[in-house]
Amino acid sequence: MHPMLTIAWKDILSEFRSRETISSMLIFCLIVVVVFNFMFEPGSTQIREMVPGILWVAITFAGILGLNRSFIYEVDQGCLLGLLLCPVDHYLLYLGKMLGNFFFMVIMEIIIIPFMIVLFNLNILNILLPLVLIVFLGTLGFAAVGTLLSAISVNTRAREIMLPILLFPIAIPILLAAVKATGTLINENTITGAQSWIKILTGFDIIFLVLSCLLFEYVVED
Amino acid sequence: MIKIESLSKSFGSFYALRDVNLEIFPGEFWIIVGPNGAGKTTLLKIIATLSQPSKGKIEIDGIFSVGERINIRKQIGFIGHQSFLYDNLTVEENLKFYSQMYNLDNPIQRIEKMLRQVGLQEQKSNFVRNLSRGMQQRLSIGRALLIDPKIVILDEPFSGLDQNAIDNFVELFTSLVSPDRIIIMTTHNLQLGLHLATNYAVLSKGKIVKKGFARATDFSKFKQLYSELTGEMN
Repeated sequence: MHPMLTIAWKDILSEFRSRETISSMLIFCLIVVVVFNFMFEPGSTQIREMVPGILWVAITFAGILGLNRSFIYEVDQGCLLGLLLCPVDHYLLYLGKMLGNFFFMVIMEIIIIPFMIVLFNLNILNILLPLVLIVFLGTLGFAAVGTLLSAISVNTRAREIMLPILLFPIAIPILLAAVKATGTLINENTITGAQSWIKILTGFDIIFLVLSCLLFEYVVED
Repeated sequence: MIKIESLSKSFGSFYALRDVNLEIFPGEFWIIVGPNGAGKTTLLKIIATLSQPSKGKIEIDGIFSVGERINIRKQIGFIGHQSFLYDNLTVEENLKFYSQMYNLDNPIQRIEKMLRQVGLQEQKSNFVRNLSRGMQQRLSIGRALLIDPKIVILDEPFSGLDQNAIDNFVELFTSLVSPDRIIIMTTHNLQLGLHLATNYAVLSKGKIVKKGFARATDFSKFKQLYSELTGEMN
């Protein structure tokens, strides 16, 4: 198996056994969605305008929980040094960790998006595929930059506070494009208006992935 | 062979290592001793290619280590006071993980052989979190030796172990010695270190202040010399 997939598989298998990360992400996500649901009257027209914001608040805050644990798990078990000693390029270690984080966020989204559709009574079946694409791209970009910053924050004292402080300003282009693309898609009920935001999202995904691959070596080295 | 020439490592204005020169040949077992903060772990990290020197150079088997890090890592087995093992994976899964990361041939056979060697074949389906500290340390040694390394680095391997576990490790480490293998160990246990090693180096404030042959050295004289050189009672 490719080293990148080996690392991701190790993280997924470990998480499958402990269920610490996924369960905390999911519970947090569900609480956010349910609390926001209390704001609206059933059948309210405001819901469609608010759903993109609610969705991305839930994804990003729950995502932070998962990203935070990603390297804490390696450091607390004393395994980061073991990973760094492996004879593979460090960018592959980064991609493996990023893939694991991305997978956990996707699992959370697979549960939370249908839950939101039912809870907010959204009729979006005709735009489901573009919505999946936007969520995929937004999650990829967020996991890309989040994994790199998680490797930085894990070596700081207030590591669990440090990640959101570092991550949110840098991830603004991703979050802005993702929220705008989702909002345009849901409100216009067609992909046409969202296309420019999807292109911006794709562009930032590529930039963040490439930069993170290049910078990871310097982040983990003395 | 490991050849370290005029090597220095600084973090800002602080020098962790200053002008270190060392030649280590296959078959030798070196102990690096010194007080906390002397630069022992920094030196090991540079040898293991995890850190780059600020000045000077290090060659391993004629390869300039900074430029060929991946090839050098294939030859290095690192055993520290941390086990590098994942609690939520079984003994066998941990070894499989590392064998895949090192892209080893015949991983199943290697793992079986290694588990026999470290006496953990009965535990192979157990989670690492359920193993005793001593068993985890044995597995950690198995993990490092799985790649049949030419260079074994032992960073404070006895820390946190009881006397019984230490005795077991002394036996295991003695069995690691072979004519084509280099072993480098840092330890605060001078007596045990001298007993195991062929050579020693004393590090103090980032400098090698003394090196010599361990086998020809009397422990009580060495202890006195160590105290004079480092200002630390051991």
